[in-house]
Amino acid sequence: MGYKKIGRQSVKFSQKPFITGRGNIVGEKEGQGPLGKCFDTVLEDDMYGEKSWEKAESKMLKGAMTKAVSRAGITFRDVDVMLSGDLLNQLMSSSFTARDMHIPFLGLYGACSTMTESLLIGCMLVDGGFAKHVLAGASSHFCTAERQFRMPVEHGNQRPPSAQWTATAAGAVVVSSEDAAGLCRQVKIRAESATVGKVIDAGIKDANQMGAAMAPAAVDTLLNHLEDTKRGIDYYDLVATGDLGYIGKDIMMDLLSDAGLDKNKVFSHYDDCGTMIFTKEQDVHGGGSGCGCSAAVFTGHLLRQMEKKKIKRLLLMSTGALLSTISPLQGESIPGIAHAVSLEVE
Amino acid sequence: MNKKPDKKDIAKAYGKYAKGFTPRPNYVGNCLKAFFTGGAICMIALWYQNTLQDTGLSEKDAGIFVTVTLVVIAQLLTGLGVFDVIAKFAGAGVIVPITGFANSMVAPALEYKREGPVLGVGANMFKVAGPVLVCGISSATIVGIIYWIIYRF
Amino acid sequence: MEYLWAFIIGGAICVIGQILMDTTTLTAPRILVIFVVSGVILQAFNLYEPIVELGGNGATVPLPGFGYSLAKGAMEGAKEGFLEAVTGPLKATAAGIGIALTFGYVAALVFNPKSPKR
Repeated sequence: MGYKKIGRQSVKFSQKPFITGRGNIVGEKEGQGPLGKCFDTVLEDDMYGEKSWEKAESKMLKGAMTKAVSRAGITFRDVDVMLSGDLLNQLMSSSFTARDMHIPFLGLYGACSTMTESLLIGCMLVDGGFAKHVLAGASSHFCTAERQFRMPVEHGNQRPPSAQWTATAAGAVVVSSEDAAGLCRQVKIRAESATVGKVIDAGIKDANQMGAAMAPAAVDTLLNHLEDTKRGIDYYDLVATGDLGYIGKDIMMDLLSDAGLDKNKVFSHYDDCGTMIFTKEQDVHGGGSGCGCSAAVFTGHLLRQMEKKKIKRLLLMSTGALLSTISPLQGESIPGIAHAVSLEVE
Repeated sequence: MNKKPDKKDIAKAYGKYAKGFTPRPNYVGNCLKAFFTGGAICMIALWYQNTLQDTGLSEKDAGIFVTVTLVVIAQLLTGLGVFDVIAKFAGAGVIVPITGFANSMVAPALEYKREGPVLGVGANMFKVAGPVLVCGISSATIVGIIYWIIYRF
Repeated sequence: MEYLWAFIIGGAICVIGQILMDTTTLTAPRILVIFVVSGVILQAFNLYEPIVELGGNGATVPLPGFGYSLAKGAMEGAKEGFLEAVTGPLKATAAGIGIALTFGYVAALVFNPKSPKR
């Protein structure tokens, strides 16, 4: 087996793992958004019949994973490893989901970048021959994240225009070494290369400026990916960042054109999941955020577009803001990270 | 990105750059809303105080009743999930009056209900209100002690 | 006229709060603390009393008014002795704090949090 690393930060998959299953569940507000029809399940109640929001998030992740596994035509028994993460302390939702699953579990934390992180590691495991089927997922819930990172939900405060809305959503995919299920799919989606991102801190201290804090990391990862793979941005039909939101998206486009990329190409080949999941009329201010945002948009919308061959080459780059609940109080700035996975339709 | 200049300067420059992309809040509109709701709450409180005083209560007692009533109303509205909707519209208009203080007590407590009545609700009631009480009472106590020293000597 | 002054003073204090919220990145607890402590300090120099005389409830209902009552209690107590100076602030505001605590606790136990539908 040859050395699979290319360039400084990227890897090229020789076996090109398949994305065989996908599943997602979103909350009520996300269901009312422009992509509402793309999602598998839209909840009517954010509590999902559970007693606490954390349990509800756990149940959502489980639902998304069940859907993904059944779409892949396998059972939980066939899954070698489950990779998943969320925004809560000690990965409460993911571990509690894994508690019921009885499959080997690796918990990941990449803040809102967790979806790409789990997908990336899943692809690496499959490509390296360490697993046949990997279940990769991520979840977030508005109420659990908000009460941990910001102000209590019932607290009367006005959100500044740059504040982003944590999406109540969960998404999961199954990465397989072969399209084993024998399901004759016309379209095969394969992971082709990936770039592991660096932590970049631009010095933003305002926790309501997440998009601006994460954009430099996304720019860095994208430029490195393009350089490592020797591609232009127009190689991809769509480059989708995770949750930069409206402000972060504008900054990203501006920084990319500063870096010498063609402005028109950037404009037509780049979008952000945080701006896709909600409309501005939904009063979400800066757009969507959270692990679930890119997880649900990726599994619900982007993969569906790939199945329809409307997108043939996709670069998914979830972005994460690696702040903790105490770091802003200690006067630390917010570091950002972004990972990229390149998918293609065969 | 060029990392050579001082890190702080880069952070400052980037912060400024990022701000250029951020839409500004509607200052005038928000201030007008805060002014009218805040003013209205105070006016109603005054009317209530005058009504109470007409029934024979002393000014001081009536004032206490006004405070208590406002606190209870704000906490009820918080429990019903209405306060945050009002605050979203009125902003400081309901946060700066005593109603905001009452809300800041119930809101975190409500959320930590699942963590139990003692360490959940009991402890988290003071998540926001605690600093206010601590800073307010301790600074007032210091003022009291200073005045006592002045009166003594 | 009394009502007009209450309206103007109360509204003006709220506008200061709104400006703080919109132009700075201060979080809500910090703003509340700033208001209460500034009420205490202003009253310590006898500067808040005139505002209360003019605005009535317009000055006592906003949070600086809470600081004002705390400081006033302390200052009045100080005339009588050390113990009164220390118990003064809480004595003056005991009813408000007591009810806020008790009713807040009951409210938190009775009601359930709702996820925002906005």
